[in-house]
Amino acid sequence: MSSVAPPPVAAPQESAVAYGEAAPLVIEASRRVSLGLGELWSYRELLYFLVWRNLKIRYKQAAIGVAWVVLQPVLTATLFTLIFGVLLDAPSGGVPYPVFFLAGLVLWQLFAASLMEAGNSLVSNEQLVTKIYFPRLLLPMAAVFASLVDFAIALVLLAVLAVAYGVVPPIAVVTMPLFVTLTLAAALGAGFWLSALNVRYRDVQAAIPFLTQFLFFATPLVYATTLIPEPWRIFMGLNPMAGAVEGFRWALFGVDLPLLTAVSAVVAVMLFATGLVYFRRTERTFADVV
Amino acid sequence: MAAVAIRAEGLGKRYELGERESYGTLRDTLARAVRAPLRRTTGSPESRQFWALRDVSFELPHGEVLAVIGRNGAGKSTLLKVVSRITHPTTGRVEIQGRVGSLLEVGTGFSPELTGRENVFLNGAILGMRKAEIKRKFDEIVAFAEVDRFLDTPVKRYSSGMYVRLAFAVAAHLEPEILLVDEVLAVGDVAFQRKCLGKMQEVTKSGRTVLFVSHNMAAVQQLCRRSLLVSAGTVEAFGPTEDVVATYLSDAVTSADGEFDLSGHPARPPRLAPVIRHLTLRDDDGATTARFGPQDAMVVDVLVDPTKPLRAPRMVLGISDSMGRRITSVANFFQREELGEIDGRRRVRVRIPALRLGTGRYLLSVLLHDHYDGEIDQLDDVAAFEVVWQNNFGTGESHYPHYGPTLTGSTWCQQEA
Repeated sequence: MSSVAPPPVAAPQESAVAYGEAAPLVIEASRRVSLGLGELWSYRELLYFLVWRNLKIRYKQAAIGVAWVVLQPVLTATLFTLIFGVLLDAPSGGVPYPVFFLAGLVLWQLFAASLMEAGNSLVSNEQLVTKIYFPRLLLPMAAVFASLVDFAIALVLLAVLAVAYGVVPPIAVVTMPLFVTLTLAAALGAGFWLSALNVRYRDVQAAIPFLTQFLFFATPLVYATTLIPEPWRIFMGLNPMAGAVEGFRWALFGVDLPLLTAVSAVVAVMLFATGLVYFRRTERTFADVV
Repeated sequence: MAAVAIRAEGLGKRYELGERESYGTLRDTLARAVRAPLRRTTGSPESRQFWALRDVSFELPHGEVLAVIGRNGAGKSTLLKVVSRITHPTTGRVEIQGRVGSLLEVGTGFSPELTGRENVFLNGAILGMRKAEIKRKFDEIVAFAEVDRFLDTPVKRYSSGMYVRLAFAVAAHLEPEILLVDEVLAVGDVAFQRKCLGKMQEVTKSGRTVLFVSHNMAAVQQLCRRSLLVSAGTVEAFGPTEDVVATYLSDAVTSADGEFDLSGHPARPPRLAPVIRHLTLRDDDGATTARFGPQDAMVVDVLVDPTKPLRAPRMVLGISDSMGRRITSVANFFQREELGEIDGRRRVRVRIPALRLGTGRYLLSVLLHDHYDGEIDQLDDVAAFEVVWQNNFGTGESHYPHYGPTLTGSTWCQQEA
């Protein structure tokens, strides 16, 4: 048994670098916290590798692998179309129900999968958190961005279905990325909050499925917001996904753009900002507590 | 060129006891808040806190290899975690000039589902290498690890030897300006271990700055000109390696009569209360002594005084050589020797029928656990004893150190070939 310094191969020209040029890194006990966005940028390659790892692992040793990305929404959409579209005849704003539902579903899946993966990202990467330094924000971010790849594939499926049903998107379709961004902001914000809380309170792990289920019905996925009586409709915007889904459908189908989307946008931005600050403030204790 | 790579000033790290092992649930926090509504739920009473590091200051110039030595629980690893930014200091500051790479455990971030090739890239990125850099060194890493035939096999199908070889190979090709290393074991079979050691010597000669945490006094003396001795979270000695290592080893009280008082011994990690009080070495006739023949029996009396009953005590006696290398260990649970419950002041007697050690000075460590309550007490390298040659081959032949640290019997004959 002996100790080994891992031994970089000597690169003499490198040791001749003038160290005085860069400002020194200072680690201080003070409570001051910066957002460290510059540092985050310098770690972008690691973010790429973590996203790549998440995607690889998800579909390794699965017999049909990536096909699940398509199969999941197809099966869910079929089931919900039967129950809500055919049996209950839920309002869909004049859009064929399968297309109407799938549009909301793909955006919702992006949010729900992000929430689940990001919420557990610090705890499931405990070994990394306690053994190596990198900006911890990369972990929930990688979880969200990995879900974005699945979303892109599901979007192709949506396009195919829309064509099959002869749905032609209006010119507003160019604003679609806006609502995806809104979803990402909400997912990242919630992901920052939940992952940081999960480090200290494992209750979060148990709460996420319920939270997701609750939000699923609080989001106009199986129904259109017209189902909600007018004075209350605006409050649905407090759920950022309600506004995101409504806006997304407006962009795709040209249905009315409800005011609650603006409420949702404000909520999403606040969720993102507070999540980022809370995460940064508790980050220092992650390795001690996780 | 700035002369100082790392400057630490008054570093301290306080842990809340129990916090690292268990995590709270919201209910616990609420329950605490209800029971003591006026106290902030995040604070803990003084007694539940301990300082893993306290007022640690040192400077490490560029191009130097500095060893951090100390006993288990002294704060070495915490120091490394603070300098590598994994955990945040409670007091003080560190200034670092240059790109830092830290290596606290080989194979951090390996994903069992991914192939060897994929893990090289992932692990490299986690350790701080750029993609281009990994690509450039890829062939070298694979050649070093000797796994080229299994590159596209998931590492969960690797043998443990292959796994650590690949992990070490990636780490070995990290080229930061400042390298922080925790005792990374030389891994794999003997041939690969030799390769690892060779790499390590290369690095120390390459003019890189290294902060190196180790238990291995032989390696420390070979690689580092200066050392830092951490003891109970504070710097006990800092200077030329020979002096510091001598200080470290002299903590093991040499006592000619084989009596060692351990009640307030500095080797005890600060988080533990003294339960092991005293240690007595005896020969087989019961006489106290600190000198033994290579084949002699050794009797160790350990006086323990637990504050609460130990329901299933597990005790280990470790024997290390004068360089701090562990030679062997004995333990009651190695052979189902039940000690029974210890519910008060007791003497635990251990008998080693034959030491079978070469001549030299040895150090005893005592470790006490409870099967149910976990760690109770721990004292590393606290009692020194000597093994002296007494014509044990029965031929008058001497025993030389290069014969090795242990003695094994053998029979010889000649046969028709």
